[in-house]
Amino acid sequence: MKKNNLPLVVTVVLLVCSASVVAARTGSAPNNPSNASAVVTGVVKFEGTVPKPTHIDMSQDPKCAKLHPAGVRYADIVADGNGGLENVVVFVASGLGDRTFDPPTEPAVIEQKGCLYEPHVVAMRANQELEVVNNDVTTHNIHPQPANNREWNKSQPPGLQIEETFAREEISIPVKCNMHPWMRSYIAVFKHPYFAVTGKNGSFDLKGLPPGTYTLKAWHETLGTATQTITIGAAESKQVEFVFKARPSM
Amino acid sequence: MRIRPQILYCSILLISLATGVASAQNAGASSGYPVAQGKLTEPEHRGKGLYRRYCVGCHGVRGDGNGENAPYLDPKPRDFTQATFKCRSTASGSLPLDSDLYATITRGIHASGMPSWNPLPSRDRSDLIAYIKTFSPRFHEEQPGPALPIPAEPPASAESTQRGAAVFQDMNCWSCHGKDGRGNGPSAHTLTDSRGYPITPYDLTTGSRFKCGESDRDLFRDLMTGLDGTPMPSFTDALKPDQLWDVVHYIRSLQTNHGQDGEAAMVGSKTETGK
Ligand code: HEC
Ligand code: HEC
Ligand SMILES: [Cu+2]
Repeated sequence: MKKNNLPLVVTVVLLVCSASVVAARTGSAPNNPSNASAVVTGVVKFEGTVPKPTHIDMSQDPKCAKLHPAGVRYADIVADGNGGLENVVVFVASGLGDRTFDPPTEPAVIEQKGCLYEPHVVAMRANQELEVVNNDVTTHNIHPQPANNREWNKSQPPGLQIEETFAREEISIPVKCNMHPWMRSYIAVFKHPYFAVTGKNGSFDLKGLPPGTYTLKAWHETLGTATQTITIGAAESKQVEFVFKARPSM
Repeated sequence: MRIRPQILYCSILLISLATGVASAQNAGASSGYPVAQGKLTEPEHRGKGLYRRYCVGCHGVRGDGNGENAPYLDPKPRDFTQATFKCRSTASGSLPLDSDLYATITRGIHASGMPSWNPLPSRDRSDLIAYIKTFSPRFHEEQPGPALPIPAEPPASAESTQRGAAVFQDMNCWSCHGKDGRGNGPSAHTLTDSRGYPITPYDLTTGSRFKCGESDRDLFRDLMTGLDGTPMPSFTDALKPDQLWDVVHYIRSLQTNHGQDGEAAMVGSKTETGK
């Protein structure tokens, strides 16, 4: 009996497997999220006292210091009067199944300007081109330190443009300029298009999510990660709020 | 009575099927390491034996750099699971060529615990390389970039050295290596390698004991490729080959004892055979 059934079992298993693979392929969401339906909008809030920005001493490189006659201040936690928290990456962490998405053709851009990174947090897609621009009159080195991607470190004098890519999802890759120890930024790399970085008032939107149940996460460089689950129907709009509390040490 | 042979036949078939599956699974995991994929090839298998004998105390059974001697070493032994290497002929971010790893193992790494394995037969060194590459899936997924070309060295001159000094200034080499190259630039005390351990920029006045070879061509290559996993960046996009040679000449001018140090000169000429 068993002997006769074995080829049958194998065939059935193979058929089911290949059918489900095909189903996953054809079931892909459209690659352009803007013409799909649901929208998740929301805000990320910070609760507690916003720490005072600290002074950055750029005097070791006069070409940097000269750009900031009034001095520069920096804080990892940037929040407005309503507690809207800036520089938080909000993204779909799970729920998209096996869908695959082609990377966009336009590059993501990170600039070095005033011996600081602009923006401070970049979110981009795996295999999307990253354009690194130096708008300063001094030389920088751009040095991402990934855990899950290729590590590279390149000198970038004024005017030189660098193009690079990251192949794998990683949230987030710390980026340093080792010449100017105050320079730091983060690059979040996604294999899907459902992510956003909060702006000045802590707001974000995720457009074009196919109907479904998703784990949403919010990542901040020092406050960590917050998680919630949402279910969204076709053409539905949802409001979401994330709250980060001040670290106990402060 | 009549069913018996059939049962026997079936169970033999089932047993052989089961052992077949089991041995196939074992073959997949036969290396004993979660990262090594599939069955080891003959050279990898030989390399494993050699690795267990010579390298494991520092680089660890899993190749993650956490061997039993690691706590006492500074810099730390390389973590092969990251596949990030200092001494390469390839662009920053690229895997090294086998010939790069071969050269490193043969030479050893100055100013670190990494000994020269020159005494081992060349086949052993090749097999060791085959094995350490199994620690990272990157060696299966990616091709190492091509070796960046090293053009012929123009003659050293006072002008070249002077131009090199200007490039040293413009490229902010001084922010790490210091204005006079002594390794005491304003950022020096903030530097760490990519695993977070403090790292000292090379003191360019000491003359020799470079990590990735002693010759002018080795220095040229260091500047082109950078030392991945450290703050020392790649200058291949930033500078033209002539400018890189100018910097090499400038570095030589900082080495107060270059050319007098018999040992350094000897090692230098030995590694310059690629010319
Ligand atoms: C006594 C400790 C020790 C032993 C034994 C040892 N190594 Fe190392 N190895 C190191 C250290 C320390 C480093 C890092 C040096 C540095 O970063 O400057 C290193 C680095 C390396 C590198 C990286 C080179 C690069 O370009 O980044 C390779 C490859 C390597 N070792 C191979 C081997 C092999 C193969 C063996 C055995 C035949 C071995 N090592 C045995 C300590 C050791
Ligand atoms: C951001 C800091 C930084 C900058 C900028 C920098 N270096 Fe380095 N450099 C280092 C560090 C750190 C090391 C030591 C790496 C190690 O020990 O693994 C190093 C090592 C070296 C070495 C020794 C390589 C070897 O084989 O041992 C040379 C030569 C060198 N640097 C030259 C330069 C020159 C020339 C420039 C400018 C064109 C420059 N560096 C810019 C940090 C820097
Ligand atoms: Cu910089």
